[in-house]
Amino acid sequence: MSDRPAATRVHDFAEVDQGLTAEEAIAEAARCLQCKKPLCVGGCPVCIDIPAFIAEVAEGNFAEAARLVKEQNMLPAICGRVCPQETQCEGVCILGKKETPIRIGALERFVADWERESGATLPEVAAPTGRRVAVVGSGPAGITAAADLARAGHAVTVYESLHEAGGVLTYGIPSFRMPKDVVKAEIEQVVRMGAEIKKNYLVGRSLPAEELLAYDAVFLATGAGLPSFMGIPGENLPGVYSANEFLTRVNLMHAEKFPAFDTPVKHAARVAVIGGGNVAMDAARVARRLGAKVFLIYRRREEDMPARLAEVHHAKEEGIEFLTCTNPVGIIGDAAVTGLECVKMSMCSLDASGRPSPEPETGSEFTLDVDMVIQAIGTSPNPLLVSLIPGLERGRKGNVVVDEDGRTSIPHVFAGGDIATGAATVIEAMGSAKKAAAGINRMLREA
Amino acid sequence: MYTINTATEIADKIFEFWIDAPQVARNARAGQFLILRIDEKGERVPLTISAVDGDAVRVVFMAVGKTTEHLATLQAGDTLADVVGPLGKPSEIREYGTCCLVGGGAGIACTPIIARELKAAGNHVIGIIGSRNADLLILEDEMREVCDELFITTDDGSKGFHGYAADVLKRELDHRTIDAVWIIGPAIMMKVTSAATLPYGVKTFVSLNPIMVDGTGMCGSCRVTVGGETKFACVDGPEFDAHQVDFAELMQRQRIYTDQEKLAAEKFAEHVCRCGEGGHCHE
Ligand SMILES: Cc1cc2nc3c(=O)[nH]c(=O)nc-3n(C[C@H](O)[C@H](O)[C@H](O)COP(=O)(O)OP(=O)(O)OC[C@H]3O[C@@H](n4cnc5c(N)ncnc54)[C@H](O)[C@@H]3O)c2cc1C
Ligand SMILES: Cc1cc2nc3c(=O)[nH]c(=O)nc-3n(C[C@H](O)[C@H](O)[C@H](O)COP(=O)(O)OP(=O)(O)OC[C@H]3O[C@@H](n4cnc5c(N)ncnc54)[C@H](O)[C@@H]3O)c2cc1C
Ligand code: SF4
Ligand code: SF4
Ligand code: FES
Repeated sequence: MSDRPAATRVHDFAEVDQGLTAEEAIAEAARCLQCKKPLCVGGCPVCIDIPAFIAEVAEGNFAEAARLVKEQNMLPAICGRVCPQETQCEGVCILGKKETPIRIGALERFVADWERESGATLPEVAAPTGRRVAVVGSGPAGITAAADLARAGHAVTVYESLHEAGGVLTYGIPSFRMPKDVVKAEIEQVVRMGAEIKKNYLVGRSLPAEELLAYDAVFLATGAGLPSFMGIPGENLPGVYSANEFLTRVNLMHAEKFPAFDTPVKHAARVAVIGGGNVAMDAARVARRLGAKVFLIYRRREEDMPARLAEVHHAKEEGIEFLTCTNPVGIIGDAAVTGLECVKMSMCSLDASGRPSPEPETGSEFTLDVDMVIQAIGTSPNPLLVSLIPGLERGRKGNVVVDEDGRTSIPHVFAGGDIATGAATVIEAMGSAKKAAAGINRMLREA
Repeated sequence: MYTINTATEIADKIFEFWIDAPQVARNARAGQFLILRIDEKGERVPLTISAVDGDAVRVVFMAVGKTTEHLATLQAGDTLADVVGPLGKPSEIREYGTCCLVGGGAGIACTPIIARELKAAGNHVIGIIGSRNADLLILEDEMREVCDELFITTDDGSKGFHGYAADVLKRELDHRTIDAVWIIGPAIMMKVTSAATLPYGVKTFVSLNPIMVDGTGMCGSCRVTVGGETKFACVDGPEFDAHQVDFAELMQRQRIYTDQEKLAAEKFAEHVCRCGEGGHCHE
């Protein structure tokens, strides 16, 4: 692995994984069997021609490799870093059956980083069509759709409510996993292709829904940013955070540099992070970097954690203590948090999703001595804008209902990413955005 | 970049800014707020939209800590890195009959815009504005112009009624029917004043000011307990039914960063003296 040692990296926010060198990339690429029916491609939601780009890497033709990747994916430096490859492309690579799969994500990242450092070339953009398309949200779904729509020659305006573009890539995923200059550079390419990004626009408020609907087509990509709380006692005590708040204070507002930056964040000695996904790992590792002893509380077993394997591994290396089969039942404190009451869980019969369902063990209650609690138990689709658009059909979980093409119940309004699927992954958000962009292109061509 | 059109100190430590922010101004309604960020290192600070004129919005703020002190050093022609809004739900404006708007301290700034909309909806509008002393009283002329009746209170008796806005509110409630009340000011003032309307069963709104980050419902920093339920003030409010609000929790959560805020303010004060640039040199 090309990771910086845990002992040094817990003191800074610089990237953990250093990526491949050119020699390593060429050697790794040479292992690829160049399958005639490549399984890997089917594992990639945006269908990158994986064997083709890997063949170019093996030959040292990095520029051509980058061009091939960007045919399907305008955010390769991002996906190469954060895709859960073990369940996507690498999970189905034929080599994985006997030995280790090709490190497709690492190669993709290598190619993208190489291109960024040596000057990126842009895909060709079609002649202007005179059609106006509004994209709401500048996360991976919004940016991906904007790229495909700009490439087709439409006038694209992306609206973003925050003061920075990138969605979760900017406010959620910490810089030691997703350096912010990488996010900026990949978004900048889409701007150079002609898409305009208007920041500080909360659509529904800064731009009324009627004005949004006046565009020739609309793509909703507002994400699943609404944080859930467990609903246990003590939740509103000072020192209890949602992962979104904690991560936003640090990633977007740079609270780790307070007072050089104005936004504060609490520094605690002992922190409990509740959850077992990527968000929980990120919150735990940020709290560790702010100097705390960190406990990760998860109600199922470690093998049930939805986080990327690499992040579980990194978190452990960094000294995060895992308390699995443990469920929080209350937060204690007065003016500040002083402890987290927990109960041990035993794994019983399988639930509907095939996972064992955790049940509390009687008499196993205990109190963990902590002075901060971060809840990373999930988020749901952002209700604000979608509730202001009359006639927009929504599912039971608040998600926008779309068809195969990403079309909503309003004919010229499409949606994709977490707002349509509920909280998922970067690459799934991009996959659904590409489908919707194709649907919009078809609609605008036919109209 | 958002240009500050005018910057005026209207009372000791209270400032009135008109800021050019078309997407906010064109869509703002009474009761909504904006969030601004001074520069790349700045915090996102919520301020109520106090008036609108063309493409500009007015905010009135009190210099109480690092960011508002820094803001106070800015002048007409200076720019802000970010302004987003309007945020939050607009006030529930309808024809109630007789309405009373109670403003305390810098909170008075939020009252004229609501008074105007209530008036336009056909209400009889009473204003009660109070401050510690006569010098700190703001927007008196504007409130006199927009309200049907205006009462003034000062804690020290230097102008108007000697006492609190709550006293005048109680007196009015005792001898006439008031159908809806808005109370806007520091949390403690809203708590005490809304207790006064409780026995009369009058619909009472308060505008809550918990600590916010994004202001779009994404972080939960602004959560408040209203009627036993957790609400996000930035999207579910900021105005809520006063009699349902857990004020003790609100005030506790407002103090989360007291130590850090003190540090930031001290550092800023030191910096201002050293460079002599009144906060204009940003390093
Ligand atoms: C901490 C964290 C770590 C994660 N780690 C991984 C990982 O390692 N790998 C992975 O694949 N996935 C990961 N995910 C999930 C992944 O980031 C999301 O699935 C993905 O970002 C969804 O993309 P999106 O474009 O749909 O929405 P988002 O990225 O949420 O972007 C939505 C954007 O819309 C904006 N917006 C919302 N409402 C409005 C409005 N009304 N007007 C204007 N703008 C609006 C928001 O401000 C935001 O910028 C992680 C998520 C989090 C929170
Ligand atoms: C919806 C809303 C509307 C508001 N309208 C006005 C207004 O019209 N005029 C006005 O003078 N003030 C208003 N405030 C309060 C104003 O936002 C704070 O005074 C300001 O953020 C203080 O920042 P500071 O750095 O100067 O002071 P600090 O020293 O950082 O803080 C002083 C106090 O302000 C509060 N505060 C600090 N940071 C924040 C934050 N990010 N968000 C909210 N409160 C914070 C805290 O309770 C703190 O104790 C409003 C607050 C909210 C939530
Ligand atoms: S985008 Fe993700 S899933 Fe597709 S090839 Fe790259 S790493 Fe694999
Ligand atoms: S499945 Fe594996 S070996 Fe086959 S082409 Fe894809 S990456 Fe290469
Ligand atoms: S300020 Fe973040 S949810 Fe309200």
